[in-house]
Amino acid sequence: MKIKALSRSSSDYVRERAQDIHKVQKNLDPTVHPFEKAREYVRALNSVKTERMFAKPFLGSLSGHIDGVYSMVKHPHRLNSMISGSGDGEIRIWDISERESSWTVKAHKGIVHGLCPSPKDSKFLSCSADRTVKIWDQNEGTTPIHTYMGKYAFTGLSHHYTDPLFATSGNAVEIWDQNRSEPIQEFNWGADTTHTVKFNYTETNIFASCGTDRTIALYDLRTSQPISKVVMSMRTNAIAWNPMEAFIFTAANEDHNCYTFDMRRMESAVNVLKDHVSAVLDVDYSPTGEEIITGSYDRTLRLYNARQGHSKDVYHTRRMQRIFCVQFTMDSKYVLSGSDDGNIRLWRAHAAERMGIKSVRERAHLEYSAKLKERYSHMPEIRRIDKHRNLPQSIKKADRLKKQILGNRKKKEDNRIKHSAPGSIERQPERKKAIVGVAK
Amino acid sequence: MARKDEKNVEKGQEKKPKNTKYTRGIPVAYSNIKDKKLKSRIKKTESRFQDAAEKAEKLEMILPEEVGYLEAEGMEKTYNFRQEELAKNVDINTSKKIFNLDLKDFGPYSIDYTRNGRNLLIGGKKGHIAAFDWQTGKLGFELHVKETVRDVHWLHNETLLAAAQKKYVYIYDNRGLEIHRLKNHIEVNKLDFLPYHYLLASVGNAGYLKYQDTSTGQLVAEHRTKLGACHVMAQNPHNAVMHLGHGNGTVTLWSPSMTTPLVKMLCHKGPVQALAVDRGGNYMATSGLDGQLKIWDIRKYGVVQEYYTPTPASSLSISQMGLLAVGWGPHVSIWKDAFKTKQQSPYMVHHQPSSAVHDVHFVPYDDVLGLGHGKGISSMVVPGAGEPNYDSLEANVFQTKKQRQEMEVHSLLDKLQPHMITLDPTVVGKMDRASKDVISKERQEEYDEAHPKGPIQLRNKARGKNSSLKRFLRKKQHNVVDQRKLDAMAKLEKEKLIRVKRARGEVEEGEKPFTALDIFAGKKAKTN
Repeated sequence: MKIKALSRSSSDYVRERAQDIHKVQKNLDPTVHPFEKAREYVRALNSVKTERMFAKPFLGSLSGHIDGVYSMVKHPHRLNSMISGSGDGEIRIWDISERESSWTVKAHKGIVHGLCPSPKDSKFLSCSADRTVKIWDQNEGTTPIHTYMGKYAFTGLSHHYTDPLFATSGNAVEIWDQNRSEPIQEFNWGADTTHTVKFNYTETNIFASCGTDRTIALYDLRTSQPISKVVMSMRTNAIAWNPMEAFIFTAANEDHNCYTFDMRRMESAVNVLKDHVSAVLDVDYSPTGEEIITGSYDRTLRLYNARQGHSKDVYHTRRMQRIFCVQFTMDSKYVLSGSDDGNIRLWRAHAAERMGIKSVRERAHLEYSAKLKERYSHMPEIRRIDKHRNLPQSIKKADRLKKQILGNRKKKEDNRIKHSAPGSIERQPERKKAIVGVAK
Repeated sequence: MARKDEKNVEKGQEKKPKNTKYTRGIPVAYSNIKDKKLKSRIKKTESRFQDAAEKAEKLEMILPEEVGYLEAEGMEKTYNFRQEELAKNVDINTSKKIFNLDLKDFGPYSIDYTRNGRNLLIGGKKGHIAAFDWQTGKLGFELHVKETVRDVHWLHNETLLAAAQKKYVYIYDNRGLEIHRLKNHIEVNKLDFLPYHYLLASVGNAGYLKYQDTSTGQLVAEHRTKLGACHVMAQNPHNAVMHLGHGNGTVTLWSPSMTTPLVKMLCHKGPVQALAVDRGGNYMATSGLDGQLKIWDIRKYGVVQEYYTPTPASSLSISQMGLLAVGWGPHVSIWKDAFKTKQQSPYMVHHQPSSAVHDVHFVPYDDVLGLGHGKGISSMVVPGAGEPNYDSLEANVFQTKKQRQEMEVHSLLDKLQPHMITLDPTVVGKMDRASKDVISKERQEEYDEAHPKGPIQLRNKARGKNSSLKRFLRKKQHNVVDQRKLDAMAKLEKEKLIRVKRARGEVEEGEKPFTALDIFAGKKAKTN
């Protein structure tokens, strides 16, 4: 007789001392784990529910500005600082961790339209409707280091990443040397007024501007010539370069959408970010280049995955007015918005995320549930809960109306195609619809 | 090595994925997909799945235990080995698992083991209920309910149990304290518990299959089988479908969301006596009063093997590794590999002298078979019956109190809803492969049901027809007639008359219809 029966010795399976961790046995045989799919689904459902339950995006507001906040920029050297400019010409530096302003100056006589850091030193620049550009240093007190007098009101400002050059926008795009009081170059390509100018971080000599003639123009400093420009159906309000992909930028448009462009091929947008119900006024990339924050005239902020077309989250509060500037912080965990009502608001970039150090188990659990959510994201119940947001009535109504209008247009187009000779009318892709033409 | 793997992935479809027990479903063919993004995503996912299956297979090497076995040498036959002989040849730990409890007074006994196989619950027909850790012999509780106990069953862990008694089903805790009396379950013969759904299922003399959620206390479903009293029930552990055996020889399959059986199979020429389903959900064993023992493939609902028992088998059980235990009369025979090929002789036999076997149950994760019979309970060693390697997060054999509590919380969080019980448990999250027309038609039907067309039928509510007079008359005792009551009746009669006249349009001068403004009129005006 040959016999062997199961006989487990408890010493092999039970921990020796109370201080030890429990021994865990694994058997991956699927028959030991019945209903694995159904249980995974339930877990995904639970995690999506808890995520919505824990979603508390608003952290606090930084109040101090008397007029609306119209420009904001990250501090050149300090991670927890932001610089903001308001309508009454005041500039404040904010200590975000303390949520108070550490430095205040009455900088201009008009609205502060643009702020930008000077990357090589701890200075920053501001431009205003009072026709001046000023350089500031926080350590040097409340008097500007230098003031540049322009011929017209400035609308935007951007500094070169390596050289002591900066560009201003206004009636024309001008390039200034920090050491000279007059602009060294002037670009003018059709537009009466340009309202933004932005230098590329990587290809440092390239910059983009957008003007009232509904164009986005690209210029190269080395050739002192414009590269190309794209004319859109409505005007562009702001531009943000992707910090990780040098040739990609996103433009916030008046037609409620943002358009991501590849600067090498401007005939078609790479991505269209939809969902706002009013003009988008500002846009910013997260430092990873994976996320985009937009602020709009409809008084909401929207967070996008940079490669997707619809927002993954929307933030609003009752008292927040039109949003004129948005910024990601450099750890990509927070976003800030400056609005008409004179407050800067601090938000979480991921509404349900909790700060602080997470244990390994907690992290593993979060990763696991994120994966499950992704896997079962097509299930109706999960999608419904994940997408649900409570929005103000006005935005809901506007959204409904907008959807109806677009639906009617689509129906009309469908009918037109249906009743025409096949091939005579071509359907315009969404990425090309807003683009009128490209000039080189 | 890494380069070789990459090459395989690049080839994609060309590499035939190895089919192991860890592969789930058929891989998606992606070579014809036009969409580049989708194609690469599916390709990546598929390679990840395959990688996971391969790694799981490799992990088998480090599993600590192996399946038990009993082999005969030379002229020996395995079915000739008695338990006493086995006890001499196994280690002391295993030999302790062979025991007999003489409980002559209150039998026959029905038995049940917890999911980790540590705790045994016994219920004697004449009212004796006891629970204990059968390996250490530590008694949990013992009580006598002084009425018939037809079946006992553990709930999700060893802290709660259900007993089907003379009239109702009762829930007890691990100290024998009665916690609930389930008055909805009347004259229950068989109990079962679906651990992942937290459903207690019962069926009894009235032929109703009832599901009760033990976490919320709700009665989830009540199905009338219309097939008379039912004594035979078993769950399919693979998909949580309940199998009922009936007096007319049919076996019906039920889920809580359907009021009619999912499947009805005619299995025997006489009443069905016992039922068992294997854990993979592939095979079902049934026995009937016609003396047949049949093995069914429940994927195609066809009979696979037919065996004959000299006495009709009263109880069946299928072990985790696929051994089939058959209790017939005082005998128990255990069959090995009885599903796929027809066996000529049993693997093991056991005889319980002068006592009829009432209930047989294999112990999960152990090589032991428990018997409940007329004179008590017995436990016998059956090498090769149990799954050798348990998973601590599924059923922990060496569970501490803390772990039990943790697991209870987690299992409640992962509780499945009753409507998720279907014949195919993998249907969750799967794409509906029906054609577009079929799906749109289904949706339209669903929509129509939710939004009925045509004018809404309003209920004829007699609103405002109540009056203080009527109320007065109603409140008054019927057999007491006094002046006030007579007055009220007369007044009511008068009002009725006026109403009728008004309806006919024969209102007289003095009997103007009462309008809202008359409230403000003086008494004088009213009388005139």
